Amino acid sequence: MIAPRSWLPTPVLSLLLLIVWLLLVRSYAFGQFVLGGSLAILIPLLTYRFWDARPLIAKPFALLRFIFRVLGDIITANFEVAYLIANPWRKLKPHFIEYPLMLEERFTITLLANTISLTPGTVSANLRMDGKSLLIHALNVDDEEALINQIRERYERPLKEIYEC
Amino acid sequence: MSVIIEGVISLLLIAGGIFVFIGSLGMAHLRDFYMRLHGPTKATTLGIGCMLIASMLYFWSVDGKPDAQELLITLFLFITAPVSAHLLAKSGLHLKLKHADKTLGKPIELRPEEVGDKPVPHPDKGHG
Repeated sequence: MIAPRSWLPTPVLSLLLLIVWLLLVRSYAFGQFVLGGSLAILIPLLTYRFWDARPLIAKPFALLRFIFRVLGDIITANFEVAYLIANPWRKLKPHFIEYPLMLEERFTITLLANTISLTPGTVSANLRMDGKSLLIHALNVDDEEALINQIRERYERPLKEIYEC
Repeated sequence: MSVIIEGVISLLLIAGGIFVFIGSLGMAHLRDFYMRLHGPTKATTLGIGCMLIASMLYFWSVDGKPDAQELLITLFLFITAPVSAHLLAKSGLHLKLKHADKTLGKPIELRPEEVGDKPVPHPDKGHG
């Protein structure tokens, strides 16, 4: 939870809300700035209790690289899953995998879980109560260790570097 | 509208259609609930992404000015798809839905008996 500070608890979120509002109404008239601006102040004030404190981004460029890598992986993931589904002679090997988490912050774990869901053949299914491991369902796995290592090196370590250091 | 742009738009539309169709096919055809989740979360996101890019290109070339609304839709889609997939999988586990026999790995969530005590979540770092 973010400590209740002033009338602007989450400046980045407010700015983002204003931008999204302007893009949605497709107009940059002064009135829209006023309306969007007041929404951008009101919504964070009403919802800041639900937001976790966001760790600082230590390496912005690493974050950018991470985003592009994930976008590329999403595209390959789509081809992979499409092939697995459309191939009538497929022999799928579904697998529940226990993934031991290295990350500790709730925010970064959320990011990791979402990344896992979007990338090749894996859906994050459950975060354990103690926050130490993540249950992943994979569509087709030959080697459990290899998949865990891949997630560890490809996504979790960069996330840890970007946010937690 | 030049032929090249038209070609690109048509290609994107066809690709999008194929991906969405395969995603839905997966949802209809795979064996168990957890496997069916994979189709809509992945194939469909890319399919709809393709269609939205095609739409953006089309209106850009017709109206003559770029528009970011489709990008916003894509963004929302990419934010919501993994969250809803996670929630569906979680509720599936909670209801102990059956999975295909060949599925490897036995998560403790699916065992019939309750395993161990639930840890007390830490006030700041808890995940309860």
